[in-house]
Amino acid sequence: MSPDRTVGAVGASRPRIEGGLKVTGAARYTADVPMPGLVHGQLVTATTSRGRVRDVDASTALGMPGVLGVLDHRNAPRLNPKAGNYFGPDGSLLLLQDEVVPYAGWPVALVVAETPEQARAAAAALRVTCDAEPHDLDFDMDHPAARPASTAFGPEADTGDLEAELAACAVVVEERYRTPEESHCAMEPHASTAWWEGDHLHALDANQGAFSVSEVLAALWSIDRERVHVRSEHVGGGFGGKGVCGPQMILASMASKRFGRPVRIAMTRAQVFETTSSRPRTEQLVTIGADADGRLRAVGHRAAYALSPLAEYIEACTEQAKVLYAAPAIRTRLTAVPLDVLPPASMRGPGATPGSFALESAIDEVAERLDVDPVRLRLRNQPSVAPVSGLPFSTRRLVSCVQEGARRFGWAARDRRPRSRREGPLLIGTGMATASFSAGVFPSTASITAEVDGTFTVSVGASDIGTGARTALTAVAADALGVDAGRVRLRIGDSDLGMAWGAGGSRGTTSWSFAITEAAKELRGRLGDPARPVTATVDTSALIDFQPGRERQTFSAVFAEVAVDPATGEVRVRRLLGVFAVGRVINPLLARGQVVGGMVMGLSMALHEESVRDPRTGRLANGDFAGYHIAAHADVPDVEADFVPDYEPLDPSGFNGLGEIGTAGTAAAIANAVWHATGTRQRTLPIRLDRVLEPVAAGKDTEGATEGADHAVTRGA
Amino acid sequence: MTDHTRSGISLRVNDVSHRLSVDNRRTLLDALREDLGLTGPKKGCDHGQCGACTVLCDGRRVVSCLTLAVAADGAAVTTVEGLAAGGELRPLQEAFVRLDGFQCGFCTPGQLCSAVGVLAEHEAGWPSAVTADDDPERTPELDEAEVRERMSGNLCRCGAYPSIVRAVLEAAARQGGAA
Ligand code: FES
Ligand code: FES
Repeated sequence: MSPDRTVGAVGASRPRIEGGLKVTGAARYTADVPMPGLVHGQLVTATTSRGRVRDVDASTALGMPGVLGVLDHRNAPRLNPKAGNYFGPDGSLLLLQDEVVPYAGWPVALVVAETPEQARAAAAALRVTCDAEPHDLDFDMDHPAARPASTAFGPEADTGDLEAELAACAVVVEERYRTPEESHCAMEPHASTAWWEGDHLHALDANQGAFSVSEVLAALWSIDRERVHVRSEHVGGGFGGKGVCGPQMILASMASKRFGRPVRIAMTRAQVFETTSSRPRTEQLVTIGADADGRLRAVGHRAAYALSPLAEYIEACTEQAKVLYAAPAIRTRLTAVPLDVLPPASMRGPGATPGSFALESAIDEVAERLDVDPVRLRLRNQPSVAPVSGLPFSTRRLVSCVQEGARRFGWAARDRRPRSRREGPLLIGTGMATASFSAGVFPSTASITAEVDGTFTVSVGASDIGTGARTALTAVAADALGVDAGRVRLRIGDSDLGMAWGAGGSRGTTSWSFAITEAAKELRGRLGDPARPVTATVDTSALIDFQPGRERQTFSAVFAEVAVDPATGEVRVRRLLGVFAVGRVINPLLARGQVVGGMVMGLSMALHEESVRDPRTGRLANGDFAGYHIAAHADVPDVEADFVPDYEPLDPSGFNGLGEIGTAGTAAAIANAVWHATGTRQRTLPIRLDRVLEPVAAGKDTEGATEGADHAVTRGA
Repeated sequence: MTDHTRSGISLRVNDVSHRLSVDNRRTLLDALREDLGLTGPKKGCDHGQCGACTVLCDGRRVVSCLTLAVAADGAAVTTVEGLAAGGELRPLQEAFVRLDGFQCGFCTPGQLCSAVGVLAEHEAGWPSAVTADDDPERTPELDEAEVRERMSGNLCRCGAYPSIVRAVLEAAARQGGAA
């Protein structure tokens, strides 16, 4: 092996390593793995949004065939109340510890039986009585309980004098935007199988980071982390919904402790909707002022989101206002509104996705008011350094994305007047948006062993939830070792492989790659010694510069064409193109799949997705795939995506993450296209038929009717 | 004493015959997964709303979560495990891998079985909701719109739809319909 040989696995399109397993049904996900002596747990969940469990009557259930027992708050094993997550203590982990019901869908009991049918029947026979208390789901930016959001991700922006700048502007747009509660909807429902061997807890679990799940379990059970062994070989999607230690995992560990058998909990789809997590509702007020010649003078972005008092959470909607545009005055305010809601969790492009819908819609409204081309308006206001932090960008190829996208999309031929294009009865419109998403790296460990047979075993606590991590990291390791990818065997998805960041925050691949690259460097230094096997292990904690003095972001430009049927209000996306700057691309085939998938989720958010709650009970009224529509084949055109040449200088290999940027800009691009087609702004997602139809029916472009109707549907309680 | 909660059934699955005693409540999906260890078919919703559990039952695609095992008594079932005859990937499977027609892969067994069903249905001249309603004798051309419409019962949250459609069309072209 020549250490300087350039193998070039990075940069080449290769199909997924596990592709053969996935097309033959051989890839085993958590609930697929057989287990001798397995029993099944079925959750029973609260139907009130706030209250106390008065009684759990298990008398009938306990007499039913196959039932081993019932856990509730009176008899469940005790957990450590100090256990928490990234932000500190997390009350949502403390299942079956007391009688309090904090939200509809909260687990109040677990029935364990020999077969899934028996567990399900016994769960249906369980009689749970709750004393309901008045709940509050009345989300509003000015709710009395509203408070400033945590600034753990950084301070608010307060650059310049916003009021003075606005007063001097030729055009000021001030508009309110709303996005609904949304559900992650990974196709694999959360599942876990847990068993104890002495004081060691073993588990198979569907999650986005086995190591962090093992840490939380260790804290909950007050045992050493080394005694917790979590494996997650194949995971059927996550999108943030499996980022934490889920209820299925916690309850399975409790039940297996109690009954001394391996317990599998495979959540039902309804439970995934009501019990796991969601993207919170947001309300956003964007104020943008510009000179007559299209220079922005002021950008104000206020955003509020709902959260549960059980745990801290940040939906950082206002981040892009600090990054995308130059303006003498920029002010952001992020507000958290604690309500009796399902605790939110990051969902693909947290903050950036709803935030971008508001900001990039408002920018489009400024272009409309100025009567300038929205691409030109954006290009005119690009900052040379980060407008709020004042730091230089490590790399910023947004202009290239916009220009390349505009060229491919044929933007130059666009007539910017709304309702200017028709095809038969259909109104045709095009729109675009830009987006940024924070990039970076978190500590991880990796070990590489040079084996006797000349192969290399790379062990890293990564997870592949569909991101292609297994394939991408094999290429990274091959290049770092200077060998052919065929000689590299990758082990991932196991908490025993050591400390590692999970698949989240668009930082999985960069974090794991960094550790692998460093381990390879160290191993190569020792390969002169003929002893085999030889292993090098590196922990990147001490190697990461968290204050690099540069703004590290990924960027995108998304272009959409829609057809709107004025008779039905139906919006169909006919073309969707995204151009991305995400550093050096490891595997273009898989990277394209990722960002296309992100755009499909953005399309789905724009047109379909909305968790609807009954105001009287606070319960989800549409917690299944019949009621909560996610984009299906027929909704999705042939989405196009590409990458501009880019290199991230803060990363040893030039990489940035790309799991979330695809979702961020898409909803605004589609909403702007709908305006261009119809002449009506859609400031509330999703762009439902009734929201498109109402202005048409009223014969005018007003949002009054739409907003009034929205209030009637979603407020109350 | 006879147990009225269970029934004996026979299933021919991927060309292997089985006699099973099943809980009457057991779905075909659970019988395949729990009794026969064929965990290729996935339980994405258990309510007939996602398509992850799609298998071929006597050649036609069904959502196995909405099919009771007792109702499938005597049926010939093909699951994703049975698509690669003799261990050789069929063109459809190969196209899924090469064109990246999946990410997490959880919907894939259902997409594949569904696509096999779609190609057979098209071959048999069945129209879909997007087929032009003009000539009952003409077999509709299998284009992107037809594939999207016919595959719409199979959700993919990873959003791999564009490459799934490409893979299905390619397989159809390569095999003249019998992918
Ligand atoms: S599991 Fe059968 S359709 Fe979803
Ligand atoms: S590949 Fe993940 S749901 Fe389709």
